[in-house]
Amino acid sequence: MIVEILITQMPYLLHGVWVALQLLVCLLALGFVLGLSLAILEVYGHWTLRWFGVLFERIFRGIPAIVLLLLFYYGVADFVDISAFTAAVLALGLRSAAYQSQIFRGSILSISHGQMLAARAMGMSKPMAIREIILPQALRLSIGPWTNEFSSEMKATSLAYVIGVVELTRQARYIISSTQGNILAVFAVVAALYFIFNWLGNWGLYRLERKLAVPGFEQGGQG
Amino acid sequence: MLLQVENIHKRYGTAEVLKGVSLNVVAGQSKVIMGPSGTGKSTLLRCINHLTPPDQGRVLVEGVEITSANLNKMREKLAFVFQDFNLFTHLRAVDNVAVGPRKIRGMNKVAARDLAMRELERVGMVERAEAYPAELSGGQQQRVSIARALAMEPKVILFDEPTSALDPELTGEVVAVMKQLASDGMTMLVVSHEIGFARQAADEIIFMDGGHILEQGPPEQLFASPQHERTRQFLSRIGEGGAGA
Repeated sequence: MIVEILITQMPYLLHGVWVALQLLVCLLALGFVLGLSLAILEVYGHWTLRWFGVLFERIFRGIPAIVLLLLFYYGVADFVDISAFTAAVLALGLRSAAYQSQIFRGSILSISHGQMLAARAMGMSKPMAIREIILPQALRLSIGPWTNEFSSEMKATSLAYVIGVVELTRQARYIISSTQGNILAVFAVVAALYFIFNWLGNWGLYRLERKLAVPGFEQGGQG
Repeated sequence: MLLQVENIHKRYGTAEVLKGVSLNVVAGQSKVIMGPSGTGKSTLLRCINHLTPPDQGRVLVEGVEITSANLNKMREKLAFVFQDFNLFTHLRAVDNVAVGPRKIRGMNKVAARDLAMRELERVGMVERAEAYPAELSGGQQQRVSIARALAMEPKVILFDEPTSALDPELTGEVVAVMKQLASDGMTMLVVSHEIGFARQAADEIIFMDGGHILEQGPPEQLFASPQHERTRQFLSRIGEGGAGA
C-alpha cells in the first residue's frame, strides 16, 4: 500500500522536483549576476559603491532565509502583485547574491596584482582587463567554493514551501495529508530525491572544474 | 625624438624617490639604466608608462604627451616587460601574445594568431606555443612576454630588470633575444645590471643614484672612465669598470 501510494504519487513528487529546480536555477542566476557585480564593485569600485556592497551583503547574510521569504512575500505583495514563486526567487536570490559576492571577491583578490598591471601596461582599459584577464582566472577558482553555495541553495528551496510555492517539500505535505500518514516513508523518498538532485549538481560542477582547469592553476594540493 | 621624459618627480610619503629625472631616446636607440637598488630606476620606468603616475613632469611619445585621456592609446606604443614576467596564467603562450592584438587592436582571430606565431618565432618559442605559462621555464616565460610586447608593435619597449628573476643559465637566452631586438633597430629602455647586454647592445648607459641621473654616456666611455665616484664604486661592485673595463 505504501509502495503503491508512492508510485501513484511519484508524478507529483517529480513535479515538485521540477519546480524546485526552476526556483534553484532562477535564484542562482540572480545571485550570480548580482553577486559578481557586487564583488567587482567591492574590489574595484569607488568607496561609496564599496560601502553599498558591504551594506547589502551584511543585511542579506544577517537575516534567516525563512524570514526573508516571509518579508518578501507578505511585505512586497502588499505593494506589487507578485507570485509566491517570484517572491521566493527574489528573497533567496538576493541572499544568494550576498554569499556569492564573497566567493567572487575572494577569488578576485587571490589573483596576483601583476596580472592587472600587465593587462593595463598593454593598453587595456580597466573594464577590459577585468573581463579578459581577471575574471577568467577568478571564476575558475570560484567553482570549488561555489559548489557549497549550490548545495546550500538547493536545500534552501525547500523553505519556499512556507509561502506556498508548490515545490518538492510542499508536494510531500500534500501527499501526507491526502493519504493520512505515511510521514516517514514520504519524507524518506523526498530526502532521497534531494540527495540525488544535489549529488548530480555537484558531480556536474566538479566535471566543469576539471574541464576548465589550466596547468598551474588547479584546485587542491600539488606534489 | 621618439621618447621624451621631462622632469619626473615621484614621492612616496616623505621619501622623494625621483627628484626630477629627464631623458630622451631617439628611434632605434637602446639605453640601459643602471644604479644601486632603491635609486628609483624601476619607479622611473613605471612613471614613464604611468603604471605609477608621476607627481610632476611629462612623458611624450612622438611628441604627444601622455595624459589620463589618451593613456590606453599611448601605452600601446610603450610596451612593458616585467621582472616577474606576469604572463596571463590562464592563456597558452600563443594566446598571451595574441590577446593584445585581438582585444586591443581589434584584429580578427586568425590574423592575431598568425602575428602571435611570428612574434614567438622571433623569440624562439614557436615549439612551445601551446604551453601554459606554468609549463614554461622562467627564461621561456620571459621570452614569451617579450613576444607579447612585440605583438603590440610598440614604438618603445621598457624592460624592468628582465633577467633579475632568472638564474645565469636562463639569463643568457633572454639577453640573446634582447640583443637581437636591439640590432633589429627596436627602441629600448632597459633597467638592468646585465653587463653583457649593456656593453654590446646599448647605445648609452644612464647611471642613476639617489633619485637623480648622475651621468650618462656610451658604454665604452662610462665603463672605462666614469666621472663620478659613486659610479666608480657601483661599477666595481658589479665587477666592472676601472682598469679591467
